[in-house]
Amino acid sequence: MGRSMPHPVDLWPVLLQRRGVFYAQKHLLAIEGLHPGEIGHLLDLAESYVLLNRSGKTQRDLLRGRTLINLFFEDSTRTRTSFELAGKRLGADVINMSVSTSSVNKGETLLDTATTLNAMQCDLLVVRHDQSGAPNLLAQKVDAAVINAGDGTHEHPTQALLDALTIRRRKGRIAGLTIAICGDIAHSRVARSNIHLLTTMGCEVRVVGPPTLIPAETADLGVTVFHDMAKGLAGADVVMMLRLQRERMNKGQIPSAREYFRFWGLDHQKLAHAQDDALIMHPGPMNRGVEIDSAVADDPDRSVIREQVEMGVAVRMAVLDTLSRGPGRNDL
Amino acid sequence: MTSDTLFRGVRILADGVDLVGELLIRDGLIADFGAAVGKPDGATVIEAEGAILAPGLVDMRAALGEPGFEYRETIASAAAAAAAGGITTLAALPDTQPAIDDAALVHLLKTRGEQTGSLTILPYGAVTRGCRGEEMAELGLLREAGAVAFTDGARAIGSARLMRLALSYANGFGARIVQHPEEPTLAANGTATESAQATRLGLPGIPAAAEAIMVARDIRLAQLTGGAVHFAHISTGEALDLIRRGKDAGIKVTCDTAPPYFDLNETAIGNFRTYAKLSPPLRKESDRRAVVAGLADGTIDAIASDHQPRDADDKRLPFALASAGGAGLATLLGVTLAHVHNGSIPLERAITLLTSGPASLLDAAGGRIAKGAPADLCLFQAERIWKVAAGHLPGKAQNTPFDGRALEGVVIGTWKAGNRVFG
Repeated sequence: MGRSMPHPVDLWPVLLQRRGVFYAQKHLLAIEGLHPGEIGHLLDLAESYVLLNRSGKTQRDLLRGRTLINLFFEDSTRTRTSFELAGKRLGADVINMSVSTSSVNKGETLLDTATTLNAMQCDLLVVRHDQSGAPNLLAQKVDAAVINAGDGTHEHPTQALLDALTIRRRKGRIAGLTIAICGDIAHSRVARSNIHLLTTMGCEVRVVGPPTLIPAETADLGVTVFHDMAKGLAGADVVMMLRLQRERMNKGQIPSAREYFRFWGLDHQKLAHAQDDALIMHPGPMNRGVEIDSAVADDPDRSVIREQVEMGVAVRMAVLDTLSRGPGRNDL
Repeated sequence: MTSDTLFRGVRILADGVDLVGELLIRDGLIADFGAAVGKPDGATVIEAEGAILAPGLVDMRAALGEPGFEYRETIASAAAAAAAGGITTLAALPDTQPAIDDAALVHLLKTRGEQTGSLTILPYGAVTRGCRGEEMAELGLLREAGAVAFTDGARAIGSARLMRLALSYANGFGARIVQHPEEPTLAANGTATESAQATRLGLPGIPAAAEAIMVARDIRLAQLTGGAVHFAHISTGEALDLIRRGKDAGIKVTCDTAPPYFDLNETAIGNFRTYAKLSPPLRKESDRRAVVAGLADGTIDAIASDHQPRDADDKRLPFALASAGGAGLATLLGVTLAHVHNGSIPLERAITLLTSGPASLLDAAGGRIAKGAPADLCLFQAERIWKVAAGHLPGKAQNTPFDGRALEGVVIGTWKAGNRVFG
């Protein structure tokens, strides 16, 4: 290969974009409503970024001159860092804004911030907020393409995409797999995005958890509900654990952490019901000894928790790349 | 003394009255009506071929921004919206700032209504001081001052003991208790009806059972005390079944609903549309249909606007933080008529639900067409179309959940005590 020729890895994202597969949204606010083709497109592009990242190369010209603002109304280290890294690897100017939600007038802050962002000529806006639907509201008011980095108990689309990419790389496919999502479904935006993505892509999705943490009519989302881990995990190809927040115990939805661990915490005994090669996933941060046993979380043969983090950067690069060319911004 | 007004060629429609002919207003009263009443000298003639002349609407549940929330609605702006909506009598909720828990405030509201010249305001008294749900307000003094009934407005009386005392005590003054039927601990933090949709949107839900549980409890308490309970804005079929049975058992139970609950369902929330955030929340389609059935079969005694004025800033918030409530004065008649046009409710029944039904519950003078009755009238074209547009509604409050809804039924004139106040 001649020296002037770009490395194939460098070309892959560009070729994929020219393939004519469209992502038809201006924003990424939710997985719900996306078509399998759109999800597949984002995953294919992310796959190419995994290779690019592993090759040690960057694509710093892609988002050169573009401004990416990480607007976090809720504390987050890993998601914010992941978006920051993704933006920088593509050459964007990345700005992190943390806005305290402790002030009384949260909504005022949200729309005032939107006005400020418009004045700053922000191109890509990554938002995390403790209220469901806050990114939707913001998307109505800002010019930028909005990426939901987690809103209340609604959705966390990039988490579902990175989970799907991790599964696809390990299992070679997504369609037809049996996936058990376990724990606090009611308060989990990760669970919602994963349910939408995995059912859209043709998985058999189960949710497993205590009845007080399974929201109303969950079965209508196209999943099967279990309260018993042994039954819910039987034959599963992937076991996704969710974080249990301590406040659930204060609110009386769970009597105690040890009771929770006894019935819904993932240990090797419960895991034995799943397929022998079942993957273990967790969006992090983990509560070891509450929803997951350390021996399982650190099992190098089964746990892909570390890999999820790597996929996170690639998926976010793919999302930023795609939205920067989206219907609202055809100037590339 | 105002001159006489004669309506010609109109369909005169009210509880027990349905004829095509003429109606004469003299000295603020209905002087005569019939196939032909003759034109006195100097009378203003209103020729309105094909229009319907009904009693001015009686809205038994509306929140006014005054006192305390003038940025949302003033009595003057509410009166303008009411007149445009054909409403001439309105029962005002007491959960204002300050709450209507003192006789002087009852007088104030009545007087402010008289000052509008277009709207009779019938104040509700607070059941508890400050509508805080703790100790009982001075129900006797409030009643003496003219409170039409007692309620804590958009707040449920959660304590069974307090409700028992209130029903019993108010009954001694011949007044009913109007309950916002929602079990508070089940509804706490809820923002949408509990359903697959709320689950998908990640919104904490309020189960339909929260309404039924409160209705069941209070019917039993009404039976225990002999008091009269009225349930506001019924939104579920389950609650209507309980009310139907309570009525059959001879218990003093009545109820109303509001247009959103028979015209919209939970899907109006779409992607976090806060204008469709109401209290109680919009329910499932099966509940909406049950409410329509309750209107047709007589289980529901009245249709109220459930007007809850909100400022844009109250609504431009993430869904859970946005204030619940919709503007309803200008759309009360139009949305009700939509369900006449689609064959769900007979026109006569709809008019009763908007006029004599609530008037009886409030012991109000309006809501009827009779010789010597006050000439509070609403003239409308049932088939003329219009489109609801937030931002273009009469009055200050623009937070309609019906934004974009096409309606048939336009008020072309409203008369209060013989004076034309709209159209």
